[in-house]
Amino acid sequence: MKKAYAINAGLVLTLFAVITLLFHLGILNRFHNGLILLVCINIILAVSLNLSAGFLGQLVLGHAAFMAVGAYAAAIFSKYITGSEIGLSGTPLLIVALILGGLAAAVAGIIIGVPALRLRGDYIAIITLGFGLIVQSLINYFRTYTGGAQGLLGIPRLTNFNNAYFIVVITVLVLVCLIRSRHGRAMIAIREDEIAAEASGISTVYYKILGFTVSAFFAGVAGGLYAHYLAMLDSRAFGFSYSIELLVIVVLGGLGSFTGAIVAAVVLTLLPEILREFQQYRMLVYAIMLIAMMIFRPKGLMGTYEFSVFGIFDKCKKVFVKFKRKGAQ
Amino acid sequence: MFEMFVSHLINGLQIGSIYALIALGYTMVYGIVKLINFAHGDVIMVGAFIILFLVTGAGIPFIPAVLTAMAGCALLGVLMEKIAYKPLRNATRLSALITAIGVSLFLQNAFLVRFSPNPRPFPRPAISGSLNLFGDVSISYLALVTIVVSAVMMILLHFFVKGTKMGKAMRAVSEDSGAACLMGINVNNTIAVTFAVGSALAAVGSALYASTYPQVEPFMGLQMGLKAFVAAVLGGIGIIPGAMLGGILLGIVESMTKAYISTQLSDAVVYGILIIVLLLKPSGLMGKTTGEKV
Repeated sequence: MKKAYAINAGLVLTLFAVITLLFHLGILNRFHNGLILLVCINIILAVSLNLSAGFLGQLVLGHAAFMAVGAYAAAIFSKYITGSEIGLSGTPLLIVALILGGLAAAVAGIIIGVPALRLRGDYIAIITLGFGLIVQSLINYFRTYTGGAQGLLGIPRLTNFNNAYFIVVITVLVLVCLIRSRHGRAMIAIREDEIAAEASGISTVYYKILGFTVSAFFAGVAGGLYAHYLAMLDSRAFGFSYSIELLVIVVLGGLGSFTGAIVAAVVLTLLPEILREFQQYRMLVYAIMLIAMMIFRPKGLMGTYEFSVFGIFDKCKKVFVKFKRKGAQ
Repeated sequence: MFEMFVSHLINGLQIGSIYALIALGYTMVYGIVKLINFAHGDVIMVGAFIILFLVTGAGIPFIPAVLTAMAGCALLGVLMEKIAYKPLRNATRLSALITAIGVSLFLQNAFLVRFSPNPRPFPRPAISGSLNLFGDVSISYLALVTIVVSAVMMILLHFFVKGTKMGKAMRAVSEDSGAACLMGINVNNTIAVTFAVGSALAAVGSALYASTYPQVEPFMGLQMGLKAFVAAVLGGIGIIPGAMLGGILLGIVESMTKAYISTQLSDAVVYGILIIVLLLKPSGLMGKTTGEKV
């Protein structure tokens, strides 16, 4: 098991080194840099939404709103710090701002989650949807702090590939550890059968709120990254359609698979850039994909499959053994 | 002061009765298949487009156009159910809900691609003038027509559900579809009729809504549908009188917020009420709490 950790860490660092090298060689330019940052942000969002939608089985339709809360909290904080005497700048400032943004989103998650998650059924979907609209209308109302419809400008540009990459790695690591722990198993049990889980002594409300809050926290972190990448915020960016786009990523990748969420986030962020002339049809295709997916393969493309180095070795071994046996016959 | 209050109340009643009409569609479908039909809001949009094309394109008078739109929306509702929801009747609720969102997105974007996002003027019927009630208070004929038409529709629905054989079948299926099936009720047909009736009511709602706010565009159903859904939850989802009460209450609250607090905050207040109601009385104002069956 220790060996697997070492191999995974090695792979993560190699990928980082390769991309950095490509930047230095000039193969990847500024445009690619922006795209890669967007991929990083979408991976965090997809993975965190997967925690609440995939592992916990709660349909969250306002993930972009948690992102907005985090984005505005982090941006207002770092704008204030940059303008003041406190000598905090660069990545340390970004990290403090992200944690603050995450906490703000988590608090919003608790406020929304407590009434919604006490109930069974679809209420969480509609409450998070409503929450998204509330957040947008509040952002427009408190325009002295948030810039309202004009947008919040002058946010320090702190996000770069170096820090964004490792924030993605940390996010995925934390969430994977959470799901593999006792708490994670409790959450999966709730998804599989809420009544049976409750009968087995799992406090369903507690775990639902825990999962939901952690998910909101990381959405807030992603929002903070987004704010410090674009250097400006517009409330319209965090609308219902962005929440749906995130849901499409998670559903397509596999409800309950980190690998699936990451792969789908990468593909669905890069694909629209490649197929620019079909921009108009993108949401239409997403809609058809959602319906077809639910009817023919409700678990998503990856299902609950997770990538692991040793899993691939084992599979190769099994195939090899099978061939050998066939040969012996 | 009092006159202003009464006129805001009338505004609230006008928009609230439209909410109620649309909320009925949500509540009936939820009562029978336990599904939040997210695409219901977009049925409103389709209805408005049908009326627009019939009146401006084909020159058909308004009332026949509305009747055609009712038939068209009913057909759309049945198609929606047969193509997207029926294969998922025994799937998890998450899958069914995601499908409903998919259907909603599909309708919005199909209309967006076909008819462009620019709003078009709605050919509203020429109802002008107003009726003087007392003092300075008057009610516009449009508001009066809206309220009366909604009330008539609700009364008709009440008699349909309580008085006819089909209505009885609908109530039986929503109570226990398995037992209803054993009693010889055709469950599939009953569900299809529920979708049809709900969608036809949405078409009437869309005619009234578009006459009040005369603009037709592919995303017009989204906000309207959400508010109608909030109304359904407020009254107690799955309960027909609850949807009527919830709709009218929501309309009045919204109109009062816009008048006395802030226009920008009206959405926040509406959804805030939803959260508070679910916190205090999760089954809605007229709902009964039921035990969980294992």
